[in-house]
Order: sequence, then structure tokens, then C-alpha cells
Amino acid sequence: MKRQALTATLIAYAFLAPALVLMGLFTFYPVFYGSYLGFTDYTVADLASGEGPRWVGLKNLQFVLSDPLFQTGILNSLKYLLVVPLLQIASLAVAVLVNQKLPLMAFFRVGYYIPVVTSISLAAVMWEWIFQKEGFLNWSLQLLNLINAEGRFNWLLNEHTALWAIMLVTFWRGFGYYMVLYLAGLQSIPAELEEAATLDGATAWQRFWLIIVPLMRPTLLLCSLLSTIAAIRVLEEIIVFTGGSGGPLNSTYTALLYVYNKSWGNMLNANFGVAGAAGLLIALVGFALSYINFRLTREERGER
Amino acid sequence: MSPVQTQEAARMRAKAALRKGLRISLSYALMLVILGFAIFPFLWTLAISITDKQASGISIYDFPKSLFPPAVTLGNFFEVITKLNLGKYFLNSVIITALTVVGTLVVSALAAYPLARLQFPGRGLIFGAIVATLVLPTEIAFIVNVLTLRDLGLLGTYAGVVLPIIATAFGIFLMRQAYLAIPGTLMEAARIDGASELQILWRVMIPLSVPSLTALGIFTLVGTWNAFFWPSVALLTNDDLLPMSVAILKLKGQFNYDVFNVAAGAMIMMIPVLVVFFLAQRFFMRGLEGAVKG
Repeated sequence: MKRQALTATLIAYAFLAPALVLMGLFTFYPVFYGSYLGFTDYTVADLASGEGPRWVGLKNLQFVLSDPLFQTGILNSLKYLLVVPLLQIASLAVAVLVNQKLPLMAFFRVGYYIPVVTSISLAAVMWEWIFQKEGFLNWSLQLLNLINAEGRFNWLLNEHTALWAIMLVTFWRGFGYYMVLYLAGLQSIPAELEEAATLDGATAWQRFWLIIVPLMRPTLLLCSLLSTIAAIRVLEEIIVFTGGSGGPLNSTYTALLYVYNKSWGNMLNANFGVAGAAGLLIALVGFALSYINFRLTREERGER
Repeated sequence: MSPVQTQEAARMRAKAALRKGLRISLSYALMLVILGFAIFPFLWTLAISITDKQASGISIYDFPKSLFPPAVTLGNFFEVITKLNLGKYFLNSVIITALTVVGTLVVSALAAYPLARLQFPGRGLIFGAIVATLVLPTEIAFIVNVLTLRDLGLLGTYAGVVLPIIATAFGIFLMRQAYLAIPGTLMEAARIDGASELQILWRVMIPLSVPSLTALGIFTLVGTWNAFFWPSVALLTNDDLLPMSVAILKLKGQFNYDVFNVAAGAMIMMIPVLVVFFLAQRFFMRGLEGAVKG
């Protein structure tokens, strides 16, 4: 009997082995070793000469915290969080719109989802043309008489608009995804509730804010959590739109871009200690935000 | 009912019908505007990619003409393949995606089985560890993973891109969920017939989990085909193996790049994803929620 149990255990671990080895090597080990690197001095020159990391304690953390570039990065990443409420409310509104029992709704839903399955690099190719000085955005604005020919500028090369332009692309790639999650949630709202409100003379605007938003709060908070974590870790968007420079004038330089540019994004000057320390700090900010969000979600669940 | 009342009722009904009609028209108008926002970039890029640049000599910023090219050609597609070597990058994308999909399916299907159906010491711990990967600060993982690949001699190889991304909590939980839905009596019957665990997995569990395997395969396919960051880092030292998602930006980064060719390249990269998406849209439109709950 004991032998049999041992065999069963061995079989179980044999099945798990590929996953455990790969996760151990490429998910757990890098987090622990990367955290360790944050307290050491370890540059690409050390790597080339075969020298190991040297323990320096809190030196890197001090350096990173006092580095104006990292402070800019944190500020810009926090600014990026502004996309979260806009994206969530818009996605919920779109979900309500395509949740009506009308013809062609499936067609619109599929259309809205296409940006979600678009690579960020393709998004960058296409949207860069839109944001050009002679691009489609300025042409449309001119058509609407919002700007004149002299007022045109490249949205990605202006330090006041670049980050917003990139946020618009995040919004574009995200609203279809969250729409689908909200559609699932909307199924649970009884139709009678809305009908009753309509009979009582509530406008669509009132029904949205007074019935749908409060009833959808659990889903709203879950989606906000997902969206917040993604926003604070924004990096790919910045690399594809600015080539990793974070320009113009560092106006799109985000916190994780700092980590990237201190390591493999700028290989010849890589300093893995500084990159690791910055990564740890960002992880802490991420944890704090997740915790706040989680607490909000849990209170909400307890209430209902 | 008096004639006056009937008239009044008819007017009310007409008014209600009018309001309803107005509401529906407004809904459609709004949905069309949003659809334009969602797909305009593709339409414009498509228009650029089929513009005959020799014949028309137009700028892509010559609106609204550039949205409706006067002369159409497939020349840009041939040019981007022959002159800019896009075929090579396309093949790299195919290889990296195929390896990742197969790897993810095998690793997830295997690992999920004991977690769903076997009792063994350490089960809870392993389960917890896999859940933990969802909250680990992966921000710093890429720094170390490149160092690890270098030590293993895998930096700049297909294996180096693929191996770190095939074991995921998402895949394992998706498959575990599928196995849990299979009646235990089927397993018992197979055991009594003397089937080994591997045979049970292969002959009973896998055939009954085809929908989940398909879903996992499709999500992995689209995700890997589109992935930009990790392949760009893992192939830092070897431009020859870059997938299209990374290569297209390199093409565009060249000084004086040809807009029409890049647009054609973008379309070549987008079309396979669109085909898969349209064929498998129900997997996407159902949402990932059910899958992630674990």
C-alpha cells in the first residue's frame, strides 16, 4: 500500500515536472534573484568579465529614489492611471449600448473587439500616421473647425500631448476587452428593473448612473483592478511609440521604462543593480495599488 | 371609450413609437461612430497598402483621397516580401507561435491532471505556488531571464523565446477546470480496466477536454503572434530570428522608410490574426472570466 502511494506521488510529480521546472527557472528564480540584484552592484562590464554581483546594501535604492528620471517615471506612470476610470466607464457604457435587443449587435461587438487582438506594434504603426502633423487626427479637427492649418502639430512630438496620445491608444486597445467582461455582468441585471425605471420616466442617462453603475460595481471594481495593474506597468506602449526614449522631454518616460533602459533596453550601459532596485520599488507601488483596490472590492462584496 | 379618449391614446402611442424610433436611431448612430473609432486605423492602413504609389504619386496624408486610392495594386505586398525580406520574419512568427502553442498545451495538459484528479503530498503547496505567479512582481523577471538564457546558451534562439513563456497559471487552471468537469466514474472504469495514468490522461481526459484545449490554443496563438516585448528582449542579440511584431517596427524605424510597404507588411501581419479571430470569435466574446476563476 505504501509502495503504491509512493508510485502515485512519483507519477503526479512526473506530470507536474515540466511546468514546475519552467516556472521555477523563469518565474520564481528571476523574482528572487532580481530582488537580490537590487542590493548589489552588477553592470554589463562585470557580466562580460565574468565577475559576480557585489553586495552594496541600500545604495541602489537611494540612488534610484533620488534620480529625477525615476521620479519623472513614477509621476508619468501615476498620470497614466487616469486612463482607468475613463476606460472603465466608457467600456460599461458601450456594453450597455450593445446589450440592447436589436439587430446587428453581434456585428458591432466583434468590430469593437478587433483592436484587442491587434499587436501593440501594429497599433503603433497605424496610430503614428494618425497623430502626424498632416495626419488624420489633425485633418478631422480642421474639418470640425477646432484648429486651423497653422495650429497643427504632431501629437507624439509635443510634450503636452504625447502621453495623452499614447493613453488614447491604450484606451482603443482596451475598451472592447472590458466591454466583453461587462456584458457578462449585465446579464445578471433583471430587465424589469430598467423597464420600471423607464416607465417612471427615468432618462437613459439617469438609468445608466443610478441603476447600471451601482449594480455593476463589483465588476467595475474588478475591471478597475486589472486595468490599474496594467496601467502602472505601462512599458510596451512607450517603447513602440518612442523607441524607448520616453520623449519628448521625458514626458512619456514611465517608471518601468527606467527599469528597461537601465538593463536590456540600453545594453551597453546596463546596470542590473539599479534596474533591480527600481523594479522592486515599482512592484511595491503596484502592490499598494492592488491592495487598495482589493480592499474596495472586498468591502463591496461584503456589503451585498 | 369616447372618441376623444381613443384619439388621445392613439396620439400617446404614436409619440411613444416616435421616441422609440429616435432612441434606436441614436443608438445605431453612436454605435457606428464607435465602430469607426475601432476600425478606422485598419481601413486606412489597408487603403495605404493597396495604393499604387507609382501611378498616383499621392501622399498618404492627402485626405480624403488617400482613404480611397485612385489606383490599386498588390505591388507593395510583393515589394515588402522581396525587398525587405518580410517572408523571413513571417516564418519566424509562425515557428515561434507554433512552438509556444504546442508547448503551452502539453505543459498545461500534463500539469493540470494531477492538480485536478490525483491526491499526493505537496499538492496544496504547488497549487498555492502557481496561484502566486499571478501576483509576483514580474517587472524584474525579464532582466534575470535574459541572464539565465545566456548562461544556458539559449539567448537569441527560438527555444530561448519560447521556454520562459509556456508554463502559465492561466493555461494550467483552464485545463484543470476542464478535467474537473469530467465525471469521475469514467476514470474509475479506465483504472479497473488496468489503464495507466498516462493512458487515462490521453484516452479519457484529453478527448473530453477538446473545447478547453482549443480555447487555450487560440488565446496562446493570438497572444504570441502579437507579442512584442519579450521576443524583442530575448532576441536582442539575433535579428535574424525576430518575429514580424518586432521586425515591422525595425522596418519603420529605418530612415526614409516606404510607407506603402510598411502598410502592406502590417496587413500581412494582421490578416492571420483576423482570420483566427473571426473563426473563433465565440471564444473571445464569451470573456475570459470563467476561465480565470480557476
